[in-house]
Amino acid sequence: MQLYTRRRISNYLVVTLSLGATAFGLLFLIFVLGTLLTNGIGALSLSLITQATPPPGSAGGLTNAIFGSLAMTAIATLVGTPTGILAGTFLAEYAHGSRLGELVRFINDVLLSAPSIIIGLFVYALLVVPMGHFSAWAGSVALAIIMIPVIVRTTEDMLNLVPSTLREAAAALGAPKWKIVVTVTYRSAVQGMLTGVLLAVARISGETAPLLFTALNNQFWSTDLNRPMANLPVVIFQFAMSPYADWQVLAWAGALLITAAILVLNIGARFFASWSGLQK
Amino acid sequence: MSLSLATSNPPPSEMAMQPSANASVTPFPVKCQIKNVGFYYGKFHALKNVSLPLHDRRVTAFIGPSGCGKSTLLRILNRIYELYPNQTATGEVLVDGQDILAPGLDLNLVRAKIGMVFQKPTPFPMSIHDNVAFGIKLYERLPKSELDDRIEHALRRAALWDEVKDKLRQSGLGLSGGQQQRLCIARAIAVQPEILLLDEPASALDPISTQRIEELIAELKSDYCIAIVTHNMQQAARSSDYTAFMYLGELVEFDETEKIFTTPREKRTEDYITGRFG
Repeated sequence: MQLYTRRRISNYLVVTLSLGATAFGLLFLIFVLGTLLTNGIGALSLSLITQATPPPGSAGGLTNAIFGSLAMTAIATLVGTPTGILAGTFLAEYAHGSRLGELVRFINDVLLSAPSIIIGLFVYALLVVPMGHFSAWAGSVALAIIMIPVIVRTTEDMLNLVPSTLREAAAALGAPKWKIVVTVTYRSAVQGMLTGVLLAVARISGETAPLLFTALNNQFWSTDLNRPMANLPVVIFQFAMSPYADWQVLAWAGALLITAAILVLNIGARFFASWSGLQK
Repeated sequence: MSLSLATSNPPPSEMAMQPSANASVTPFPVKCQIKNVGFYYGKFHALKNVSLPLHDRRVTAFIGPSGCGKSTLLRILNRIYELYPNQTATGEVLVDGQDILAPGLDLNLVRAKIGMVFQKPTPFPMSIHDNVAFGIKLYERLPKSELDDRIEHALRRAALWDEVKDKLRQSGLGLSGGQQQRLCIARAIAVQPEILLLDEPASALDPISTQRIEELIAELKSDYCIAIVTHNMQQAARSSDYTAFMYLGELVEFDETEKIFTTPREKRTEDYITGRFG
């Protein structure tokens, strides 16, 4: 009986502590979201998506920044997704136990944990300095470099989850290796791989440091990828730090937009993940 | 479909080689002659000098305790072990006189000719129709109607047609375990192999499904040379014509199933089938 009481007490203690820790973490999340909503909601207006960033002291929108973020994220995704998936496929399907595989995996892990500002500096030295100016291309390259290791890792993990018996079954029918990978392994892992891509997109859509060194910013509407391009994170950084009330309001609106976009991406990723769960 | 591997005709003496005296009187010719086959997982010597014939249109069962090498032997017969590094086989496996372990053969053609069904059902994550079509499409380009006929035929042979004919477009993963295993058998026979390897095909199934698979094996043996690995002694006794008893990587005894289960020559065989060890 005494033992039972002791267990109940320790159980009660642990549950209380766990709940407390959860509440502590959630509190900040709610706090952040609450601040964003209260300051951002009022700043939302139609002009956000009809006008470009204004000069100080006048009203305007964020079209150029929204376009820039979408364009650079899209290019980075177009470059990063196939590269990352192919590299992940190499690691999971072809490089088992090989030295090269170990090396690639190690380098990828290093890249995965590299601070994004380092990537920005790297692309700055690689592209911006030789070209002589900031450009959206450079920004896209920086974002793609951040994206690739994330996709490589998720792709490899997801492919490794596919039972080897499935590959054996396909091989036993006389299917060549590439055919097994494309038609059987990918099909089994597609939801997980897609989830990885979505999370990678969410990850880069909020990156600021690499864009400061590469795409910089542009006060005006521009679709020229060879020139500096506005983007939400850098605009938020610049406007939020400014002394102008109009700019600060726009910064809040931009922050709310990014958060909403990332939320949608994450919900999408979860949707895909649970969809795969339903299928099996 | 002609997936002929044979480029050279073997001397007749090789075809006639049989370890068991009474096996030669059977009207069913030797389809596959396993000769002095050994196998290594890295340095571990898992199979030692195994020789036996597999007869056409007969069922050969492999029994023995876990780790005796019976699944390993099966995995040599279609060279599926080569998916993994550090696994090597020695000796010869003559299918219609041609050594399929010889280097330089097109592995995928070997595997198309020698079908395999695994312990756990392995439907591909696609529709029932596409599961069966997968293997056919690898080597043949058929008009849709002909492809559908082949699929129906394979599903009928696997005794699955009546259960799935109205849902061919649904995922193969939605079927029950027993149905999935029959789907895998349908998929294997759809490519019209000559030999069918069954690696404990019923061990993950309930008794009713097991019975259906056994009936299916009895049905299929009129067309195929079948090798089945099983842990279930009754299953071996019921559904096979020949039985090979393996122990610690060696073939202890190979004979007609009836003889193995009634008058085994080896003490170890008798001990195993009477349940004294294993």
